[in-house]
Amino acid sequence: MAKMMYRDAVLTTIAEEMERDENVVVLGEDVVGGMGTPGGPEAIGGIWSTSTGLFGKFGADRVIDTPISESAIMGAAAGLALSGKRPIAELMFADFIGVSLDQIWNQIGKFRYMFGGKTKCPAVIRMAYGAGYNAAAQHSQSVHQILTGMPGLKVVMPTTPADVKGLLRQAIRDDDPVIFLEHKALYGVSGEVPDDKDYVIPFGHARLSRAGNDVTIVSTGLLLGFCEAVADKLAAEGIGCDVIDLRTTSPIDEEAILDSVEVTGRLVVVDEAPPRCSLAADICATVANKAFASLKAPPQAVNPPHTPVPFARELETAYLPSADKIEAAVRKVLAYR
Amino acid sequence: MQLSREALLRAYRQMKVIREFEERLHVDIQTGEIAGFTHLYCGQEAVAVGVCEHLSADDKIVSTHRGHGHCLAKGCDVNGMMKEIWGSRDGLCKGKGGSMHIADVDKGMLGANGIVGGGAPIAVGAGIAAKIDGKGAVSIAFSGDGACNQGTTFEAMNMAVVTKAATIFVFENNHYSEHTGFEYAVGTTKDIASRAEAFGMKVWRGDGTDFFSVYETMREVLEYVRVPGNGPAAVEFDTERFFGHFEGDPQRYRGPGELDRIRELRDCLKNFRKSVTDAKLLEHGDLDALDAEVLEAIEESVRQAKAAPRGTAEDVLTDVYISY
Ligand SMILES: Cc1ncc(C[n+]2csc(CCOP(=O)(O)OP(=O)(O)O)c2C)c(N)n1
Ligand SMILES: [Mg+2]
Repeated sequence: MAKMMYRDAVLTTIAEEMERDENVVVLGEDVVGGMGTPGGPEAIGGIWSTSTGLFGKFGADRVIDTPISESAIMGAAAGLALSGKRPIAELMFADFIGVSLDQIWNQIGKFRYMFGGKTKCPAVIRMAYGAGYNAAAQHSQSVHQILTGMPGLKVVMPTTPADVKGLLRQAIRDDDPVIFLEHKALYGVSGEVPDDKDYVIPFGHARLSRAGNDVTIVSTGLLLGFCEAVADKLAAEGIGCDVIDLRTTSPIDEEAILDSVEVTGRLVVVDEAPPRCSLAADICATVANKAFASLKAPPQAVNPPHTPVPFARELETAYLPSADKIEAAVRKVLAYR
Repeated sequence: MQLSREALLRAYRQMKVIREFEERLHVDIQTGEIAGFTHLYCGQEAVAVGVCEHLSADDKIVSTHRGHGHCLAKGCDVNGMMKEIWGSRDGLCKGKGGSMHIADVDKGMLGANGIVGGGAPIAVGAGIAAKIDGKGAVSIAFSGDGACNQGTTFEAMNMAVVTKAATIFVFENNHYSEHTGFEYAVGTTKDIASRAEAFGMKVWRGDGTDFFSVYETMREVLEYVRVPGNGPAAVEFDTERFFGHFEGDPQRYRGPGELDRIRELRDCLKNFRKSVTDAKLLEHGDLDALDAEVLEAIEESVRQAKAAPRGTAEDVLTDVYISY
């Protein structure tokens, strides 16, 4: 085990997989960072420091710095993947799916089905998502509810550095297209990660980060930490929470959620995306449908409001689900008669 | 054509307001009090002002992530902008948009934009509206050298030609898109104007660090585009950005001495002062007086921004729709 930051887990895993498989290539804006400048290639090395040093190690053929052309980047990832490569395309901010959605949604996500199962498109599309930086409405969004709804795409949302390693490696080796969502506010978080260069976490297997018998809390990403804090606080009062880190939203580990709710009878889902047609709404509906008899209280969804992400500090803080809002939802399901 | 004394003073003042607005933000951002991503326009003032000095409120502009200069030049309120960037509910956009989303539609400022390449298509719509209205108004799409590689920009240029939109594509080539050099990212010609030309537009080129070059170029461009039926045009201004891509950028991609050199030789304010005093059009004293006045105005805007009220949780929920 080594201790490393979330962002370093991304970089290390990419480097290890590039070492292992020469078909793995990286492309994106500023992934080299400094091309065509007096400071030279790698003067900066990617704005998230998730591609630093790759260009020097693997060269311009495999580490492709692109112009600002998201549509072409995603399309090129599609074409690379159909041509035997394993592209890892970086979208600097998840919000920029807006510019490139056709290639992700209508092309990459649908090839296999439309072509009658005769092809594979092993592309990984990494993107930084999430609020917390006062980056306003076009640089702060969580987009998993949009992408999770698209058949053909797998969607991964790691919370810990160890999970980054296991899930990103799985994403790169997976023969299906994978959306890999990295929360901006987690990049600097450190944790123990396995050294094993074959460490993979299969998709669709949630992680139980806290165990308890009274309430099931489901989340992933930045907000999972808030859920854990609430669970720890309530544990001191003798209230036990299962905290389930989904890890992947497509496929989703329905079994882990249903098994837990069968014991607790109470569900709170905490989700950073807006409430309508959300992951939280989807999970609440699944549980209402499949575990109705176990339920002791109506499932609760904790989402931001149905608004764009606001800029100012006070507004963004009020917008995001907080530990207080999560605790209130947990107490609500506990108090329900 | 010779500018009047008033016009010269006004142009200098506008550029100086942008300069000091940005220089002050650069200082205040270090304190951590200002949240979010801020991209400063310092160095490019001659472009915003040389373009917007020709425009009225009926003319529309569409801006970029580096939008403060365009906003100020188009007449957005300094105090309202400073409050917005500081995140006050009294800001020009109630603290909801911040630095990257400043807009004042009544002034013909249709918005800064956080999406690179997001603006040019919008300018085409405004240019078609101007054509329909037939009053000689125009729309301006400000774009960077990086944005000129975005498909949306290409689509916008072609569609403007096809629809004969009264739109002017103003490309500000500051040689960098984030940390990547123009030399690398713009293929073949290394020349944005000739790309635009290939779409069938008349194009111009000018020195974006020289107010007079921008102003005179734009006079010709506007004379052309304001004629009903002529359709769009494009212009490329070579310019410099004095700060990092965003505040906090270590700028390791710059060459040795580059920042000192461009501040020395390519500073539009210095160049303006030299031209007008050499030609005896204005005295140093005239400009010094404006400098002092502008500094005080910026100081006042910061005072106001610091004291301005903050938003509440209820404010988050308003302004999503008109009715719902
Ligand atoms: C669609 C999209 N892609 C990428 C970005 C990230 N980004 C913001 S500014 C920028 C560089 C823009 O360069 P240029 O157009 O030359 O403008 P400048 O920053 O030089 O003013 C990039 C890549 C973005 N905001 N939107
Ligand atoms: Mg540029």
